[in-house]
Amino acid sequence: MMSGHEKGLRTPLKRVRGLGSAKEGVSHWWQTRLTSIALVPLTLWFVVSCLGIEHTDYTGARLWIASPLHALPLILLTVIMFMHAASGMQAVFEDYIHKEGRKLLVIYTVKALCFGLCAVSVFAILRIAFGNQS
Amino acid sequence: MSETSVSVTNKPRKQRPLSPHLQIYKPQLTTILSISHRVSGILLTLGLVLFTGWIVTLAGPQDSFDAFQAFLGSIGGQILLFGCLSALCFHTATGVRHLFWDAGVGYSIPATYRSGYAVLGFSVLATAVVWILGMNWLS
Repeated sequence: MMSGHEKGLRTPLKRVRGLGSAKEGVSHWWQTRLTSIALVPLTLWFVVSCLGIEHTDYTGARLWIASPLHALPLILLTVIMFMHAASGMQAVFEDYIHKEGRKLLVIYTVKALCFGLCAVSVFAILRIAFGNQS
Repeated sequence: MSETSVSVTNKPRKQRPLSPHLQIYKPQLTTILSISHRVSGILLTLGLVLFTGWIVTLAGPQDSFDAFQAFLGSIGGQILLFGCLSALCFHTATGVRHLFWDAGVGYSIPATYRSGYAVLGFSVLATAVVWILGMNWLS
């Protein structure tokens, strides 16, 4: 039986490595998976924390974020959440938008919005954390 | 050259039967959960705007935070919040199910249906528990 040679010049080793011509291969797939794994504990932590009565009002919530033990996981949650959203939305756009130019425009516009909102959120957390030091 | 070589005209060489269109199929648990995972992910991306709104107003003066809390407490805000919460519970559950599949676990048809019903049960239960426990959140 012929191996897969007839469809191109790539060797079977090259194909099985799955890196493609841009040498990035499955990195996008991996990014979505790894961020999702990280988000499982971070999301559980955040939801459980939000349910705590003592830090639901303005002062309580600010005091809660002022602690590094809360600010750091909250920053991690924020960054990874936006990364996962950008990565997932890219997969959706790649599947449903077929015009190359429009696809790139939408993917990177949404990515830019995610980065922007992420930066704003992280800055807000830092501002609360450092502003509440006394 | 072998039979499978690609033609230069980019046209199919033979009229092959096409797979039935999506609308032909009866909706099944597997397909509904699959597309709902996507839809909930898109909703959660939109929900990130709410998250940013919460943290930014919290970093601002108390008036801004109170206004945001009042918005979340309104009918529209409550619907948004409930939508985000249920999407979060569902997307997390189906996401974990996908991670098991990525690891090669739970591929058989019976296992797929078991995990499918488990995901639905967890989503409803988790949404209800968090929503009820969170009632005091806005008071």
